[in-house]
Amino acid sequence: MEGLYVDWAAVQTVAWTLIKIMALVVPLMLGVAYLTYWERKIIGWMQVRIGPNRVGFQGLLQPIADGLKLLMKEIIIPSGANKSLFILGPILAIAPALAAWAVIPFTDTLVLANINAGLLYVMAITSMGVYGVIIAGWASNSKYAFLGAMRSAAQIVSYEIAMGFALVGVLMAAQSLNLIDIVQGQSGGLHQWYIWPLFPLFIVYLISGVAETNRAPFDVAEGESEIVAGFHVEYSGMAFAVFFLAEYANMILIAALTTLMFLGGWLSPVSFLPDGIVWWLLKTGFVLFLFLWFRATFPRYRYDQIMRLGWKVFIPITIVWIVVVGGMMQTPYGYLFH
Amino acid sequence: MTYTTAIFYIFAAILVFAGLRVITARNPVHAALFLVLAFFTAAGLWMLLEAEFLAIVLVLVYVGAVMVLFLFVVMMLDINLDKLREGFWDYLPIAGFVSVLLMIEMALILGSRHFGLDVMATPEPHPADYSNTKELGRLLYTDYVYAFELAAVILLVAIVAAIALTLRRRKDSKYIDPAEQVKVKRNDRLRIVKMQAVKKQSGEEGA
Repeated sequence: MEGLYVDWAAVQTVAWTLIKIMALVVPLMLGVAYLTYWERKIIGWMQVRIGPNRVGFQGLLQPIADGLKLLMKEIIIPSGANKSLFILGPILAIAPALAAWAVIPFTDTLVLANINAGLLYVMAITSMGVYGVIIAGWASNSKYAFLGAMRSAAQIVSYEIAMGFALVGVLMAAQSLNLIDIVQGQSGGLHQWYIWPLFPLFIVYLISGVAETNRAPFDVAEGESEIVAGFHVEYSGMAFAVFFLAEYANMILIAALTTLMFLGGWLSPVSFLPDGIVWWLLKTGFVLFLFLWFRATFPRYRYDQIMRLGWKVFIPITIVWIVVVGGMMQTPYGYLFH
Repeated sequence: MTYTTAIFYIFAAILVFAGLRVITARNPVHAALFLVLAFFTAAGLWMLLEAEFLAIVLVLVYVGAVMVLFLFVVMMLDINLDKLREGFWDYLPIAGFVSVLLMIEMALILGSRHFGLDVMATPEPHPADYSNTKELGRLLYTDYVYAFELAAVILLVAIVAAIALTLRRRKDSKYIDPAEQVKVKRNDRLRIVKMQAVKKQSGEEGA
């Protein structure tokens, strides 16, 4: 040991990184807040209602009011609950949902951490999200919460495999795990996007993404008609809000990943318009709209149907398509898959 | 003390603490969660060794899948701890013997004679664009391809065997193949019968 001294360069790096993290998380939280508003508006319109329109102009302040309301509420810890794990649950739900954003690029220069194994990192971190759900369900000491946690955990673990295989196809096409390289592999216009050669994988990834975030029609984890609200039934106030934030942050994350891997990220669809973050936002917004559209359209799946879809339909489709892509790459037509 | 050394000691301390809590925690769910923490910290240590692929895969496979299933089982079991602890003193001598044996074995292999700093040179740090994932993939599919394929086949056999052992069709199951359900046409289920209109009898009205 050379004794204690303050390494100002290191302090500066840490401070600068913290500022960058804030610059990422604050817009993300705002995005989450307004995604809930947008969801209620869109589902309202689809059901020929108006949606929230009381707080602020056209109801624009509704998410702020909701947030304030949840902040004011008491966090009740059930007397039979395992107190430490009960509090750890929401933390473990939100932490991976935010940590995964570290490697998501918005343009080819705007990224918090441009790491080589970005795709693997995202997969590993998002696979941790299930702990929040399991721990919350178990620590609540309530049968509904426990049933919800079990359903959700089994579902997340199942669909993670299909998602992982879909990503294998992408990294075969891009020949890189770096998210910026993956997007740049799709440059050259709309027809170069990986959605075309990897169309089956795109569909599998999109639907698995819906299942992974426990959104309708795969929301059996919180099936209101059967188990009240599932794993977070015992949570109130901000503790509940944290689960809510995690769910929506995960939704935006899946939409962003779909955009990056299949829809060309920040690349412009036509050559005469410049690339930029606005395309990223538009495409992610479109995928998010699909999420909301699904919720307004489809009835909830039965649990055995969910499991069948994941294991017997999606996993075989992805494996077959990976073999097809690998085989085609050995032929003269291999360029179609790059 | 450099930054990485400090990180190493912090992570090592967390790892040792988590490992100890795995075997001392009274609640099996807590023990399983401490094991998760141990895996995660070990992944952090591997990251320091520039083995990012192994580190991420450790999190992906062990934390993301294996431990989830572990927790599943542990949470559903009703474990009586006092019963588990009954034979502690009876088993202590043999367990102590085995652990001393293990420690001697490890000391023989990992002693400074083979793994000391003078024998094992410090590995050169790699440049920033070095991809551990790519290197590992190249080695696995060239030099070690037979061993790799062999391991894959063994795993496949194990998967098939596990499914074959547990797969059984219950006779009383009401499972319906969704493909069959989708294929159903109206005419298979519904028959419209033309009937003559019948004049209502005055006596049946109250029935």
